[in-house]
Amino acid sequence: MTATNPGTELQALVSRAEDLAHDVTLRAVREWKAAEPSRKAIGYMPVYVPREIIHAAGMLPVGVFGAGESVEIVKGDAFFQSYICHIPRSVLDLALRGALDCLDGMLFPSTCDVIRNLSGMWQMLFPQKYVHYIDLPQDPSPGLGGAFFAREMRQIADDLGRMGGTPVTDGRLRASIAAYNENRRLVEELYQLRRSQFWLAPASEVYVLLRAGNVLPVEEHTKLLAEYLTLARQSGRHPVDMARVAIRGCFCEQPPVDLIRTLERAGCTIVDDDWLIHSRWPRGSVDAQGDPFEALSSAFLYRSPSCPSLYRAHERKGASLVADAREARAEGVIFASASFCDPALLDQPMTMAAVKQAEIPCTAFLYAENTGQFQPIREQAGTFADAIKLS
Amino acid sequence: MSSIATLKDPSQERQKQMIAGHFTRLAKAKESGRKVVSTFVPGNLTELLLSFDLLPILPEINALQSGMRQRSAEFIQKAEKIGHSEDVCAYVKCDLGMLESGNVGPTGEVLPRPDLLLLSYTGCFTFLKWFELLKESTDAPVAMLQVPYQGGGRATPEMRDYVVRQLREVIIPALERVSGKKYDEDRLKELLARSAKAEDDLVWVLESAKHRPSPIDAYFGAVYYVGPIFSAFRGTEDALHYYRELREEVEDRIRRKEGPITPDGPMGEQRFRLVVEGPPNWTSFREMWKMFHSEGAVVVASTYTKVGGVYDDGFRHDPNRPLESLAEYCLGCYTNRNLPTRASMIARYVQDYHADGFLVHSVKSCDSFSAGQLLILRDVEAKTGKPGGFFESDLVDPRYFSAANIKNRVESYLQMIEQRRSKVVAS
Amino acid sequence: MRCAVGIDLGSTTTKSVVLGEDGRILGRGITNSRSNYDVACAVARREAFDDVRRTLCAGALARTELPAADRPAFLERLRRGFQLSQYLVQLGALREFASAELPAVEALFAGSRLGPALSRILDALEAGAPALFAPDAPRRSDFFRDTAASEYHKLAQSIASPQQPFEALLGVFDKAILKVENRDIDIPFAEGAGRAIDRAILQSCLPTRTMAESIRAVLTEVYEHPLEVVASVGTGYGRARLPFPKEQIRSEILCHGLGAHAMFPGTATVLDIGGQDTKAIQVDGDGIVTSFQMNDRCAAGCGRYLGYIADEMDLGLHELSPLAEKSTRPVRITSTCTVFAGAEIRDRLTLGQRREDVLAGLHRAVILRAMALLARSGGVRNELTFTGGVAKNSTAERVLRQLISENYGDITMNVSPDSIYTGALGAALFASRMALAREEAAA
Repeated sequence: MTATNPGTELQALVSRAEDLAHDVTLRAVREWKAAEPSRKAIGYMPVYVPREIIHAAGMLPVGVFGAGESVEIVKGDAFFQSYICHIPRSVLDLALRGALDCLDGMLFPSTCDVIRNLSGMWQMLFPQKYVHYIDLPQDPSPGLGGAFFAREMRQIADDLGRMGGTPVTDGRLRASIAAYNENRRLVEELYQLRRSQFWLAPASEVYVLLRAGNVLPVEEHTKLLAEYLTLARQSGRHPVDMARVAIRGCFCEQPPVDLIRTLERAGCTIVDDDWLIHSRWPRGSVDAQGDPFEALSSAFLYRSPSCPSLYRAHERKGASLVADAREARAEGVIFASASFCDPALLDQPMTMAAVKQAEIPCTAFLYAENTGQFQPIREQAGTFADAIKLS
Repeated sequence: MSSIATLKDPSQERQKQMIAGHFTRLAKAKESGRKVVSTFVPGNLTELLLSFDLLPILPEINALQSGMRQRSAEFIQKAEKIGHSEDVCAYVKCDLGMLESGNVGPTGEVLPRPDLLLLSYTGCFTFLKWFELLKESTDAPVAMLQVPYQGGGRATPEMRDYVVRQLREVIIPALERVSGKKYDEDRLKELLARSAKAEDDLVWVLESAKHRPSPIDAYFGAVYYVGPIFSAFRGTEDALHYYRELREEVEDRIRRKEGPITPDGPMGEQRFRLVVEGPPNWTSFREMWKMFHSEGAVVVASTYTKVGGVYDDGFRHDPNRPLESLAEYCLGCYTNRNLPTRASMIARYVQDYHADGFLVHSVKSCDSFSAGQLLILRDVEAKTGKPGGFFESDLVDPRYFSAANIKNRVESYLQMIEQRRSKVVAS
Repeated sequence: MRCAVGIDLGSTTTKSVVLGEDGRILGRGITNSRSNYDVACAVARREAFDDVRRTLCAGALARTELPAADRPAFLERLRRGFQLSQYLVQLGALREFASAELPAVEALFAGSRLGPALSRILDALEAGAPALFAPDAPRRSDFFRDTAASEYHKLAQSIASPQQPFEALLGVFDKAILKVENRDIDIPFAEGAGRAIDRAILQSCLPTRTMAESIRAVLTEVYEHPLEVVASVGTGYGRARLPFPKEQIRSEILCHGLGAHAMFPGTATVLDIGGQDTKAIQVDGDGIVTSFQMNDRCAAGCGRYLGYIADEMDLGLHELSPLAEKSTRPVRITSTCTVFAGAEIRDRLTLGQRREDVLAGLHRAVILRAMALLARSGGVRNELTFTGGVAKNSTAERVLRQLISENYGDITMNVSPDSIYTGALGAALFASRMALAREEAAA
């Protein structure tokens, strides 16, 4: 390996991540499959699926998180009324134009009624594909909710085995858990770096880096994260004066990358966020020793991040957001929700009240994954940043 | 389900009194020492609550009543003022706005704060948020019952067991705590036995729409019929009498070859038989019904009348399997069934009830119903060869109800059926 | 002569079509819809009957000695002569209403005295009228309001003074024109058609007096020939307000389907983008509607949306397409929300995006919404007929052709220059059928 300028290398790495993050037609997945004809890929939607199981079956888990602004919707709009959010339109549009043909199946987690119903639409429109709706547990006890979820995961493992994947043995699943633990460890390190020296790892870079993980094998993605961490630390980037903010929106429908850049340009550095929430789900590592299904299930029960799709009896609303914001030393909180997102928008007044009670300044706006106009958001974020810096 | 007093059938009068009585009991709950439990309509556990002498209160019903009483606009605005988005479910906002405005119920009496929020989380994610919001403002404890979704098109034994175990281990203990009474399975069985009888009569009434002319309107008329069974009365003597009486009235109409009675009087000639998917609009309920009956359109089957629970495939509450049958009831409610199943149900209604076509009423508030309806439309057309129509409004947000727009669509749709029919006759 | 009449009461314009006994189109009329639907309906109908007379005149001329080659020019002179007569009568009405409005407007503009200026403007309008409709003058809008307004504005601007402020003069016009529009002016033969015939004969410099006399006789006979309306059917957005019994009302969906079929018998799918709504309609081989979809509650992406855009950019509706066609890099517009359209456009222009690129993007957004409705109604089948006001917009047409070809392959797309009359034609066909059925029943 020849010595090169870390700045140039960093640029190349980020630009590769950017390509992968925008790879909504799944070129990378096609290439991965082409390398070995027996390979299979399984798509999943936000907010959380146990990717370890797909991995253990020897298949590629592929995050299908919408087409952002890159695709002009022609067919998808035919299926959804104007008051339904944007992500199902673009996902369906991609599928109907054949861009998702390389996926052998789709998993729809219990995120909301729209995604839930999309699972049924998928069954009707693509009857030859494997489709499974994953009911995430809402009961908090291991014997009830936990057992239910473990059974749900075993069911998926069996299904994938029958589809021609490698049978999911406990040993294989433990190995997959370990692989994802390593990935989550580096993601956490990245978030720590942002907290301590945000100028080294701007949110817009971190976002594309994590999103690249949607189409890469986990090992490759872990490597990408490690390289980035090294290069970012060596980048010699200088500290800048910006307002530290945490951003919350229950990101199922993803914000356009330009929206993140807009916030940064407006003077906000994002030191904590919940977009691509699956990449930090569960928080910390999953036990890779005992019964792996039980381990995944119990990690879900005890260490899931706060998310409006999940019912948490013992958690005070907004408490975890306030804790996260404090830990990240955020000076303000931005609530950015997708238009027509019922879970996020119904949650917002409660979490916002908690944030206000903690005397953390906050502001809120709506977006859609294909928002093309950032001028009003830039003004709002700029004013917010100024107000924080002045106070 | 309604306080509209213009229907003339005796059963209607009985139903009105039952509902008024219930609201009075609720209003007097605190002084009479009865505990109140808030819960939702789809897959509700009324018999279980009644077996503990608990009074159910159903916020969806309160919201729709507010809609019918023309109060919803003001309540919704109130909720939006305190930070709720225009984008979200109007039932929730209407309920929260009512709470903010003193929580005066449809009979003018103040409704009590609930002692427990029974979050029977069935077929709608918004329920979750709704009770979280109520928990914030009432401080009442929440008991969560997760009812798995029939994502694969059927309720598995594992799903049923999961629900039964939650009933035993979570819900019943919570009800014991709040009521101060022990779980009495014998009492529950008595209630369930009565439920099954009333359900037989209700099913008979709904299926009477197979007659020509149909003696009932299975959408606008039948939302009144399902009121007692889907709300606080399933398992009661009152419900038993109500459905018996209703059935006799309908039998009488069949004998006399009469159609349903509408708020504007007995319906005339039935020129169109329709199936309807989706909940009604409540703020302009009568106006919308009139758009149909004045054109001679009668609804012979609807999915909304299955929103509390589905009896199509023979399900009845079963005193011999009390918790199991309650679990099956929860699992089987309409919106807990996946889209292919829903489309098949509608197609079957079109065929079994000899409908001329079907209409999808899409409401902005309810993603659980609405997301995917455009595909259902296409699928049912393909399955039945009958034309589908599509129109949009909302449950209780009058800003989303455009009378001219809906009338235009309904008329256009009915004229299309007429034109196609006259072509068939001509050829 | 027995005819069937169809009337399409739209949100922007009201159209009427008259069919002869053989089902042939004899005449069409159009007027802007106004607050008074009865009048709009009466005006469109009368315009259509004026058109019928002209059609009959064309046939009648063939029976005279006028050489075939001279007939089109003669008919055009006749048409313009008739328009001039109408214009003058309406100017008279404008004068009458304007004088009545004077005191009220003068009260609003302290110290103003508008009478003399108004007289001068109206005198000048009257004097200039023959030139407006002279044989070699450019063709005018069909609507009195449009022609009169542009002339009135020009004159008012040139004579405005502190005692006679421009705004005050315009105020008088705006109030009076509403009243003029709200009554149907039926012109007696001698004052209208008779005079137009005389003018045309005069302008044509006919070789002999006998030829002139025979033409006059033949054409007068045409105008005196009774026209019997055997059936009328109404349709359109405002159909419920038409002064028709219910059985004579048909939905615009049915009428558009049948009308498109009559214009292009190969039609399988109809796309109609009107002022207030967009309709995607599927018809069978006989023009009978089998399914349809309309835009949802909001009017985003309809003709009205383009209207707002035009206002926002200070352009005429007809200027939108030519400007959009100059675009080299169309901007992606994601929302067709009419409420936010203005703000979005201002934002984009502030950001330095070119007007033509923004416009091209807006046109595309409108057609994309239409594509979604087409898909909802069951897709596009061969042939597609594109109707409604937006069908006259060539950018919309071009984008639609392109998207149809990309998504549905080789599809024949029909656009008629008379597409605005599609609904009225369908209604007239229904009227025809109704009359036929009635006769059969009687027999």
